[in-house]
Amino acid sequence: MAITDQDVARIANLARIALTPEDSTRARDELNGILGLIEQLQAVDTTGIEPMAHPLSAHQDVALRLRDDAAAPTRTLEERAALMANSPSGAENGLFLVPTVIE
Amino acid sequence: MPIHNEFDSIAALRDALRDRKVSALEIADSALQAVQASSLNAFLHIDPELTRAQARAADALLAQGDAPSLAGIPIAHKDVFVTRGWRTTAASKMLADYTSPFDATVVQRLHQAGAVSLGKLNCDEFAMGSGNENSAFGPTRNPWNREAVPGGSSGGSAAAVAGGLAMATTGTDTGGSVRQPAALCGVSGIKPTYGTVSRFGMIAFGSSLDQAGPIARHARDLLELLDPMSGFDERDSTSLEDCDGVANAPGRIRNAFDAANARFDAAGPRPLEGLRIGVPEEFFNEGLAADVAQAVENALSVYESLGARRVAISLPRTRLSIPAYYVIAPAEASSNLSRYDGVRYGHRAQSYTDLADMTSRTRAEGFGPEVRRRILVGTYVLCHGYYDAYYLQAQRIRRMIADDFQRAFADQCDVIMGPVTPTAAKRIGENRDDPTADWLADIYTLGVSLAGLPGMSIPCGFSADPSPLPIGLQIVGNYFREGELLAIADRFQQATDWHQRKPESK
Repeated sequence: MAITDQDVARIANLARIALTPEDSTRARDELNGILGLIEQLQAVDTTGIEPMAHPLSAHQDVALRLRDDAAAPTRTLEERAALMANSPSGAENGLFLVPTVIE
Repeated sequence: MPIHNEFDSIAALRDALRDRKVSALEIADSALQAVQASSLNAFLHIDPELTRAQARAADALLAQGDAPSLAGIPIAHKDVFVTRGWRTTAASKMLADYTSPFDATVVQRLHQAGAVSLGKLNCDEFAMGSGNENSAFGPTRNPWNREAVPGGSSGGSAAAVAGGLAMATTGTDTGGSVRQPAALCGVSGIKPTYGTVSRFGMIAFGSSLDQAGPIARHARDLLELLDPMSGFDERDSTSLEDCDGVANAPGRIRNAFDAANARFDAAGPRPLEGLRIGVPEEFFNEGLAADVAQAVENALSVYESLGARRVAISLPRTRLSIPAYYVIAPAEASSNLSRYDGVRYGHRAQSYTDLADMTSRTRAEGFGPEVRRRILVGTYVLCHGYYDAYYLQAQRIRRMIADDFQRAFADQCDVIMGPVTPTAAKRIGENRDDPTADWLADIYTLGVSLAGLPGMSIPCGFSADPSPLPIGLQIVGNYFREGELLAIADRFQQATDWHQRKPESK
């Protein structure tokens, strides 16, 4: 099953990557090539095999740890400023700036 | 030439530093000078004052006489480890001006051990690639031949060690990104068991595969970095507290190394008597270059002369590791890289119509072609309707691949050895027109990553090329056997001098 231009448009939208018409054509061809490679997986009989998410689960029982659901103490304004210093639009009063969403 | 190159090992440099025959500041200054004069493009960012401040602090500890193990040792970090002070770019335009408010756990631990950082190392963008050609800041060059790639994604890390710019470096390995560049640059590298080194502060690519590991000239230097790097970290949800009954903490790997060494010493003239080396037939199929096959064959003969025994094994799903990896890694990447939206950090497009358009243009501009390609693949395989057919199917095959390794370790062998790469380093630009050609060359390293096993690469020869390029031997152990692997590699390096060969300095 080949990937069409419509599929590429849908995937690019989901991935939030703007593609020019030229990019889209290249992406379609590349994705079809890659799909040809990964199609091999379909031929494998995996009946009864549990999907492996954590690689060590082949060796031991692993449970992903969750931290306690507890609020951390309020940090300082200086720390907040340091965390927000990388914002490309600059931050104001602890807020990240984005284009208007609601008029 | 940097002063540290006069010392054959971290231990020798440590002795000189402790005896105050040389100062950490002198070491750092001479290394920084070499970095500045270098044409390898191995470094993306240096800050001499930050480095010199760390060197002065190391000298103060050395003067007091209770300096930690790496005090004054010049290292450098792959630019996917976040660092306070130095910029962290992941070799991407997306993060060209990013400076982290905190240090990655690996960076912090090596700093606590006294190591002096020279700066940040070039790599493939977001660690996606195997030739360092996908860096937004230009390719790193192989010190053995400037026209050849250094491998990747940790290409800067391997080139910096091979080129004598740093004593040791950090790298990350998702599908071979420590082992492969180490092999192609003629240095040593180890990827430990998944979960033993913290991923906190390591910019995420494929979270169920990503694992940090050091690169250095030889196994003993790898041990010097890997032991303090390792350990449980509550800030990484997949970090392990326990490794087969031993606490995941510094000392674990060193103790295992010492114990293996004592065993080998006690065995007499054939120190590796009884060691069973599994050699997978699938690693020697068509596609393996004759010179690589020969170098690996010679290395196995050296191991036999040390007392080890070869056992033919089969890893029947080796070929399937390529499609399985290239579903799982892009799927996880597409999720991890969704955070780059041009709002909180990183690049933001200059012109756009609304918020959605801003995000889409930001990501189109900020990511290079390989990263965009993998995000699109990952998005596709995670789509409703395909998730089961691709992602879950790949994860089922991942378990089958891991089980194949376990069967071999249970019944047939103690370690597995083979090539790291099908050929020596290719020329820069060689595969430019075929984006998946590089992917196929990952065939010998991907299975180990999918299974989460420890694997390393050590130099074992040179290609037949008119300008010879290094070849690596891969050594894979069962879970948590890092110490033993390093001791086994060390025995090879006591018997050979491949790891002592150095490219002509230019």
